[in-house]
Amino acid sequence: MAGPMKIRATLAGGNTEVRVLMTHPMTTAQSGQPLHFIQNVSVKLNGKALIEAEVSQAVSRNPVFSFRLKGGAKGDTIEVAWLDNKGESNKIETAVA
Amino acid sequence: MNRLRRTLLGALVAWLAKPLAAAAAWNENAFGAKTPQDALKGIGAANPAPSKDIAIDAPQIAENGAVVPIEITSNIPGTTSIAVVLEKNPFPLAAKFDFKEGALPYVKLNVKMAETADVRVVAAAGGRQYSATREVKVTIGGCGG
Repeated sequence: MAGPMKIRATLAGGNTEVRVLMTHPMTTAQSGQPLHFIQNVSVKLNGKALIEAEVSQAVSRNPVFSFRLKGGAKGDTIEVAWLDNKGESNKIETAVA
Repeated sequence: MNRLRRTLLGALVAWLAKPLAAAAAWNENAFGAKTPQDALKGIGAANPAPSKDIAIDAPQIAENGAVVPIEITSNIPGTTSIAVVLEKNPFPLAAKFDFKEGALPYVKLNVKMAETADVRVVAAAGGRQYSATREVKVTIGGCGG
């Protein structure tokens, strides 16, 4: 079950700063629990993918990422999505403030 | 008959779901590498050139290896990707970010570190690979999480 996400996108110094939190156990092979971690993260601005990331189990539990996009305007739509190694996924959308 | 129909339906659903799952790429070869050298090879950056234009902000001492904040900015013009390699982790490659036009080559994330080690950041720009490192001392390893 994909846990909740939080997102904030704000204009700062002419750019858009995106901060996103994902609820996910991110369990490692060393933990003795089944390996369960986010593998892909994408950031879209008005429907266009600007950042595509591949991540491993080394990312901390309940991942928090900050990204920066050039320019941006109030009301632009930012979407962040993730997909994990079990095929579970989630996404969240916000308007730039 | 019912069972046959269910099996066929199951196969159809599995077949339909497959392209969805396969749509996002994950470099199994690089992420499965157990040495930093193999991880670098896996992302096509076997011999990155040292660069002072990659800024890595991380704590000198991380008391808790389970959450080590790392902030990265590449000041190399035309940077298209940033990869994070934790040199003494069981699987050193932690993440790789690809930036399209419109995104700044910047990222902040939290990672787990098994022990005191260099954090190596590899940036790609104009088809060339650059890297910088920064040591983080870890008091309590964080890979059991």
